[in-house]
Amino acid sequence: MTSSALSVEEDDIRAYMAEQENKTLLRFLTCGSVDDGKSTLIGRLLYDTKLIFEDQIATLEKDSRRHGSAGEDFDFALLVDGLEAEREQGITIDVAYRFFATPKRKFIVADTPGHEQYTRNMATGASTADLAVVLIDARKGVLSQTRRHSFIASLLGIRHIVLAINKIDLVGYDKMVFDRIVSDYMQFSADLGFETIRPIPVSARFGDNVVERSGNMPWYDGPSVLEHLEDVPVGDATEAAPLRFPVQYVNRPNLDFRGYCGTLASGRVRVGDQVVEARSGRTGNIARVLLGDADLDEARAGQSVTLTLEEEIDISRGDMLVAPDNRPQVADQFEARLVWFAEQPLLPGRQYLLRTETAEMPATVSALKYALDINTFAHEAAKSLELNSVGVVNISLGKPIPFDPYEENRLTGGFILIDRMTNATIAAGMITHPLWRATNVHWQALDINRTARAEQKHQKPAVLWFTGLSGSGKSTIANLLEKRLHADGRHTYLLDGDNVRHGLNRDLGFTEEDRVENIRRVGEVAQLMTDAGLIVLVSFISPFQAERRMARELVGEGEFVEIFVDTPFEECARRDPKGLYAKALAGEIRNFTGVDSPYEAPENPDLRLETTGSTPEDLVERIIAWLRARGFVA
Amino acid sequence: MAEPMTHLQRLEAEAIHIIREVASEFSNPVMMYSIGKDSSVMLHLALKAFAPAKPPFPFLHIDSNWKFREMIAFRDRMAAEKGIDLIVHKNAEGMAEGVGPFSHGSSMHTHIMKTVALRQALDAGGYDAAFGGARRDEEKSRAKERIFSFRSAGHVWDPKNQRPEMWKTFNTRIARGESIRVFPLSNWTELDIWQYILRENIEIVPLYFAARRPVVERDGMLVMRDDERMALAPGEVATERMVRFRTLGCYPLTAAIESEARSLEAIIAETLVARTSERHGRMIDHDEAGSMEKKKKEGYF
Repeated sequence: MTSSALSVEEDDIRAYMAEQENKTLLRFLTCGSVDDGKSTLIGRLLYDTKLIFEDQIATLEKDSRRHGSAGEDFDFALLVDGLEAEREQGITIDVAYRFFATPKRKFIVADTPGHEQYTRNMATGASTADLAVVLIDARKGVLSQTRRHSFIASLLGIRHIVLAINKIDLVGYDKMVFDRIVSDYMQFSADLGFETIRPIPVSARFGDNVVERSGNMPWYDGPSVLEHLEDVPVGDATEAAPLRFPVQYVNRPNLDFRGYCGTLASGRVRVGDQVVEARSGRTGNIARVLLGDADLDEARAGQSVTLTLEEEIDISRGDMLVAPDNRPQVADQFEARLVWFAEQPLLPGRQYLLRTETAEMPATVSALKYALDINTFAHEAAKSLELNSVGVVNISLGKPIPFDPYEENRLTGGFILIDRMTNATIAAGMITHPLWRATNVHWQALDINRTARAEQKHQKPAVLWFTGLSGSGKSTIANLLEKRLHADGRHTYLLDGDNVRHGLNRDLGFTEEDRVENIRRVGEVAQLMTDAGLIVLVSFISPFQAERRMARELVGEGEFVEIFVDTPFEECARRDPKGLYAKALAGEIRNFTGVDSPYEAPENPDLRLETTGSTPEDLVERIIAWLRARGFVA
Repeated sequence: MAEPMTHLQRLEAEAIHIIREVASEFSNPVMMYSIGKDSSVMLHLALKAFAPAKPPFPFLHIDSNWKFREMIAFRDRMAAEKGIDLIVHKNAEGMAEGVGPFSHGSSMHTHIMKTVALRQALDAGGYDAAFGGARRDEEKSRAKERIFSFRSAGHVWDPKNQRPEMWKTFNTRIARGESIRVFPLSNWTELDIWQYILRENIEIVPLYFAARRPVVERDGMLVMRDDERMALAPGEVATERMVRFRTLGCYPLTAAIESEARSLEAIIAETLVARTSERHGRMIDHDEAGSMEKKKKEGYF
């Protein structure tokens, strides 16, 4: 702490605090290869800014004698290498966070490990940093880890670099050595998108150019590391960016209050502003902005607040409130860069869990486009990604999510992948752009379009989606309905759940993921058939609301008719036309809907058919009447 | 454009975000409440995160049976005033055996009455997430810990194999029996805590403020004799001295410092010029090198 703090009078404390509070904060990390002196540099920064307490110095003295690698001197690395294993082996395994302040600025520094095997811990430190101090051992120059860390820092959006050429004392403070390394670094990092790169010759061990400028290098007239860290402008552009408010938690203590809690990822929001939920497109007006019990006029990027709306809108965790005139992308497929963290390699086609700040869902890497060589940045064809490697992939989700390209917004453009079996975090992802079907696979302009095909058949295409328990009567009714429509000269097709599983979906089981994929494929096929002008009948248990919603979104509102065949469980189990209930109740079949897997009944089906007390023929007549009333059939 | 967010506003927003994330993602979370200043800040943040509702989780105090009496009184009053659900757990077997720091030594006492008691309470409650008020600036192994810190079944921390933690995107997934310890105050320093207490006018246990108290000087530490269970050695006398506490724990294990600081402003002034780190007053840290890491691996917060 500065000596002026010693004379601070009690009365001045509030003034002092105001000054403290208004200091800017710089988050940075130290990175580079093993033994380049990252921890030593931080230890030196803390020591020379007088932030090490007396008892910590006493411990350091003791530890230096026991584990130290600096002879008679203090081994400053021991101030940060906090784990036993680290002190014993003299290496850094995981990122350590340290805090210090100077009269100008507050700092949070992440000291990250240099070993390649701990790259994921380096990425952890980099994900929240504004600046990276890249250390290079003057005797060794730019190494493979220097490149890897610079590359990962760049991928994670760091735009400011301090290039600390360390151990300059060991090369006789030689300007030639310094210039050569700087030139090497500038050359290889030219395409990494750094806004500033500040090379500084230092000796972390002896403190040259760390806090004070050194007298040992008259040829260097730039700032010390600390001087530069105090002055480097790190603009926070997030407030000027459009509003992004990922809804984290819905606060509903009583019927009169429904608050949407979250942290503004960017932009600002005022009472009275119109906002839009990105996925549904529903709009609302901000009624209140709350921080604790206090009402605010507005909130801005970085604040954690509670918003209430004038309107009752169905919004839940994972949704995003955004500026109406500047919306994020909404897509279920996108391209992303991945840093792979797991021992198990990435396998395209395998399903993982994808997590954004507030949403989580199954995801598949649909294509590994190429891997990136960390030394040359060359694109290399690859079948999988190994531990600590970087690649560009296409990701496919079960349903669309709102996002921005990572370059525009680190918080709404980043995600992690989680292994479904071990729950380990296996990759960090940065979204580059959405893949619309239109940009992904270009549409062929066809002369005969869906309208033409439908007109030729004198009908309006539709998907009649029958959902209900096994044995509820879906197939019986759908079958009768198709016969009836056929007799009337309609062009139809019946997609039956069981039949599809013998062919198109033969490769799918009954896990949650497979059920999602099952529905997705059937939805796609039904959508193609309506394109061909057909009336498609789908007879599928489809137990989950989310999947039926997905099918509705695939087919499109207006053409999707949800028909709930509502037969009580007891009745279905009694009928048991295929003997499946008996087996499921005896535990011979797992994941059986209604027995050990839930059936989520539709809340607002287009048509609800109660089968007890009506014949299938009656029910078919009801459907026909409904279709007539809405102009599907004449 | 308005003024940029202040440092304290940023820390507050980060902590509230973390607390809400736990409430969203876990089915049965609990917030540790140790009555100290950090716990007082964490409780304040939890109330702020969910206003106008109450925090949707209970608070848990592990009572080692050797806390300062003023702490217990303060705890019970806070729980009543704030309307929170407070659970107090004591290790019943430890109580029956009369475990205490004088009879069993600080190490054994801490292990049985704090670490084991904590594991008992967490297992009994079946909590899948537990908030702790630990800060990274307190101690070297804490500086290494994630905000969402994974514990395998048996509450074991494996510092060499922590999950990567990117941005504010936390991996909250666990299997049965596993749990997560969550530290919303990870990035706060001791000074930040005091500044925030002052800014938000948060009530804290009076023991933090200087007052005349009966203390015994033992092994270079000033120990307050809070009750008769602390026997005086021959020649030892308790004398009234103007003292206060930088941290609060079991009274025989928490050293007082001589101080005239009777206001928050005075405490902050003192903290600014402190030349001894905060945990120096905690005797348990010094039992052996790497002591905190070892305790943490065993399940200590």
